[in-house]
Amino acid sequence: MNLTLKIWRQKNASDKGKMVDYSVSDISPDMSFLEMLDVLNEQLIEQGEQPVAFDHDCREGICGMCSLYINGEAHGPDRGVTTCQLHMRMFKDGDTITIEPFRATAFPVIKDLVVDRSAFDRVQHAGGFISVNTSGNTIDANAIPVNKHDADDAFAAATCIGCGACVASCKNSSAMLFVGAKVSQFALLPQGQVEATDRVLNMVKQMDEEGFGNCTNTGACEVECPKGISLENIARMNREYLKAAFKG
Amino acid sequence: MALDSKIPQGPIADKWTNYKNHINLVNPANKRLIDVIVVGTGLAGGSAAATLAELGYNVKAFCFQDSPRRAHSIAAQGGINAAKNYQGDGDSTYRLFYDTVKGGDYRSREANVYRLAEVSANIIDQCVAQGVPFAREYGGLLDNRSFGGVLVSRTFYAAGQTGQQLLLGAYSAMNRQIGRGKIKMYNRHEMLDVVIVDGKARGIITRNLITGEIERHSAHAVVLGTGGYGNVFFLSTNAMGSNVTAAWKAHKRGAYFANPCYTQIHPTCIPVSGDHQSKLTLMSESLRNDGRIWVPKHMKDVEAIRAGQLKPTQIAEEDRDYYLERRYPAFGNLVPRDVASRAAKERCDAGYGVNATGEAVYLDFASAIQRYGKEQAHIKGLDENDAALVKKLGQEVVRVKYGNLFQMYEKIVDQNPYETPMMIYPAVHYTMGGIWVDYNLMTTVPGLYAIGEANFSDHGANRLGASALMQGLADGYFVLPYTIGDYLADDIRTGPISTDTKEFEEAEKNVKDRIASLINNNGSHSVDYFHKKLGKIMWNKVGMSRNEKGLKEAIEEISTLRKEFWADVKVPGTADEYNEELAKAGRVADFLELGELFAKDALHRTESCGGHFREESVEEDGPQKGEAKRDDENFTYVAAWEYKGEPKDAVLHKEDLEFKDIELKQRSYK
Ligand SMILES: Cc1cc2nc3c(=O)[nH]c(=O)nc-3n(C[C@H](O)[C@H](O)[C@H](O)COP(=O)(O)OP(=O)(O)OC[C@H]3O[C@@H](n4cnc5c(N)ncnc54)[C@H](O)[C@@H]3O)c2cc1C
Ligand code: SF4
Ligand code: FES
Repeated sequence: MNLTLKIWRQKNASDKGKMVDYSVSDISPDMSFLEMLDVLNEQLIEQGEQPVAFDHDCREGICGMCSLYINGEAHGPDRGVTTCQLHMRMFKDGDTITIEPFRATAFPVIKDLVVDRSAFDRVQHAGGFISVNTSGNTIDANAIPVNKHDADDAFAAATCIGCGACVASCKNSSAMLFVGAKVSQFALLPQGQVEATDRVLNMVKQMDEEGFGNCTNTGACEVECPKGISLENIARMNREYLKAAFKG
Repeated sequence: MALDSKIPQGPIADKWTNYKNHINLVNPANKRLIDVIVVGTGLAGGSAAATLAELGYNVKAFCFQDSPRRAHSIAAQGGINAAKNYQGDGDSTYRLFYDTVKGGDYRSREANVYRLAEVSANIIDQCVAQGVPFAREYGGLLDNRSFGGVLVSRTFYAAGQTGQQLLLGAYSAMNRQIGRGKIKMYNRHEMLDVVIVDGKARGIITRNLITGEIERHSAHAVVLGTGGYGNVFFLSTNAMGSNVTAAWKAHKRGAYFANPCYTQIHPTCIPVSGDHQSKLTLMSESLRNDGRIWVPKHMKDVEAIRAGQLKPTQIAEEDRDYYLERRYPAFGNLVPRDVASRAAKERCDAGYGVNATGEAVYLDFASAIQRYGKEQAHIKGLDENDAALVKKLGQEVVRVKYGNLFQMYEKIVDQNPYETPMMIYPAVHYTMGGIWVDYNLMTTVPGLYAIGEANFSDHGANRLGASALMQGLADGYFVLPYTIGDYLADDIRTGPISTDTKEFEEAEKNVKDRIASLINNNGSHSVDYFHKKLGKIMWNKVGMSRNEKGLKEAIEEISTLRKEFWADVKVPGTADEYNEELAKAGRVADFLELGELFAKDALHRTESCGGHFREESVEEDGPQKGEAKRDDENFTYVAAWEYKGEPKDAVLHKEDLEFKDIELKQRSYK
């Protein structure tokens, strides 16, 4: 396939940035989207130009490092996948593809398509844990049975990869889906109950301080989330928050 | 220097307890006076950083990703072993110890492995307390699955995302300490050297990957949890950034590198599809619980499949060769990885590979779908003879167990594995070799520790599935926090380590000079060009099977390629900005040195053991004919290499391995 790429280039955080056109040829439909960008970068290096910077690591949809806003969608046109799992067979010969970084006030651009998502980490520092020491002197793992349904739901929430597509897809740049998933994971397990009140209050407070927007229930986050994290998690967090606010 | 493994005295089952009872401790008030650097935030580094901070040390942690949660451990799929014996199927500490030593083909250190088995059960308790959502049964208790090379079901899992869940657990423990100010986290920082002061590791030099700034960091001890070096093959299941740089710098500063040639080639990965390929994707070993591996029995069927005239589902049962079940009736599809990989290669070399390149075999779920479907129909009181219903119910069970893996496969290969068998082929996956450490996990440099995949310690010449996660967390949560205290007890009066010394200056200058020469080189080929070339040499001559001639050629070729790299590599951009090519160039430069040592190690070990298969060393007759042949008389030792300039000049030190508790035997899975 031959393709035209319109890519956001920005030298560093203080540069204004602009869209630049490139073309690539002989792209195989079996390539992943990032392998297509590898081809472009090899070409740019060959020509003595600066390659396009983008984040990636595992290239199998689990580390949450890759991002990219492709043709107006976080992680591109396919559903239930990250950018690194998007394959070129989703595109046609002659297509023009627009590639931008994830945009949100809380995710400033570092260079080209690389953004700073450390706000997510800080939300987790505020309460994304259960306060047990790692001494190993805990109770036996089977001492507290957990209802399979709850365990499965906790797991489903915990599969969030922290990519930030939910934020990038939301017109308000809200991080509710991400934070809701984390709060839910612990809220659904007996081990997480003890600190439930403080956890939700602290995490939501930090989320607001980071400059993420409000949730207006448009549901765009759920549609674009590569891991199928459901809106139920937001509802659960809201319930937990109300409970906590009453208690507090 | 003679190698001292510092194995405690006494019977194997008492060593760890005795050791803990007699080591020096640092009192809580004094821990506040001590700084520890932890490089790496995977399961090993993350769990160590959290635990050390919890104990009261001041921890500085480093990773090259944008968040500790993205370390390569996140990608582990299938599970983590622990000798809990929840299934009551005869598991015990001893059995896990035995399986691991045997699985490692009798090339690991007994005392370390025993300790690993001993603390394994605690890991599960710990993780559950942290909120790790492991898979459970309907009664609410934890579920288990089995993995290759063992006869019990001891693997705990969270669907196909076990590594993710465990790492998020360790990350949450870190978060708690970051929130309390006990860990200072440096994301997007790459360690580029270790600083040695008066013979002790006292700091590191890092590059800030966003600004390019070169920084000095000091501490009383340095811990490397920087993962494995499988990417020396260019194509592997490792994350793109996985590298040997931290370990290699340590090696150049005096840490011996042990058994570099012990690499695990994992049998079930998605085959290579073309030259554009940037990495390979693993299909978890847990799939071998339910998937059956086969190739067609007849060449005419192979040819018809390759020509697109025949589908695998059209081949009758009696025309299929389930070669693992045929060759290894006792373990069948669950033989250890090295055995399964070689068997796949054997069939493909004989011409029976089922894709265009001839390098693929089938992993088939049809019988599992049938079996589960019938079971479900029975449970639900439905018609067990309704084929469509049975298939549907069976597929549902398989989806719950392996859904994310099947989805991953379908996205990459564009075929539906619920309907047609998967195609798989072995790929580089894990490195058993690594920095040599003693029982305390200390390297040959005092105060420099190595944990997790970065060290060599527990898996011998072949690692059993689900044991890397176990080792990473055992090292970080339960072993290092004790052993490092014994060393740091001498440092309570040392005070902060200054970075304003000639040692830091020299190390920083080295780093800067090297970066400058990469940037100013202005050659004609990209970093990837060299990396791919190195990968080809490694795969063809130092890969799944090795021989003297190939290894000698590889050593020459790698050394030549390294010279070409330094003469002709082209790194665009500057040193003081975000520059991914520059980071890659530094890593590939180190791979080009390691690769040569790797081949040298493989050349010197003329036996076959575990993942290291020398074509010259094969059983010639008897029931084991054609299987790998170990040479215990000459090779029952760890090969620890000392750096002396060029990799080819490295000096070999041997740590003799003693097997007091397990009898040295030929490994048989027949
Ligand atoms: C696809 C896949 C599936 C697997 N599945 C399983 C499984 O089911 N069960 C199992 O037991 N094992 C499995 N393994 C193996 C296991 O995941 C790894 O061996 C293990 O996670 C390694 O953990 P680690 O903490 O030692 O290193 P890693 O997780 O690799 O972490 C390395 C850390 O070091 C940092 N780092 C590296 N170099 C530098 C540097 N120079 N400067 C700064 N930081 C640096 C990185 O940023 C990272 O934080 C799997 C491996 C793969 C590839
Ligand atoms: S909720 Fe979904 S989109 Fe948001 S960070 Fe998690 S995985 Fe990504
Ligand atoms: S690179 Fe890891 S999720 Fe895409």
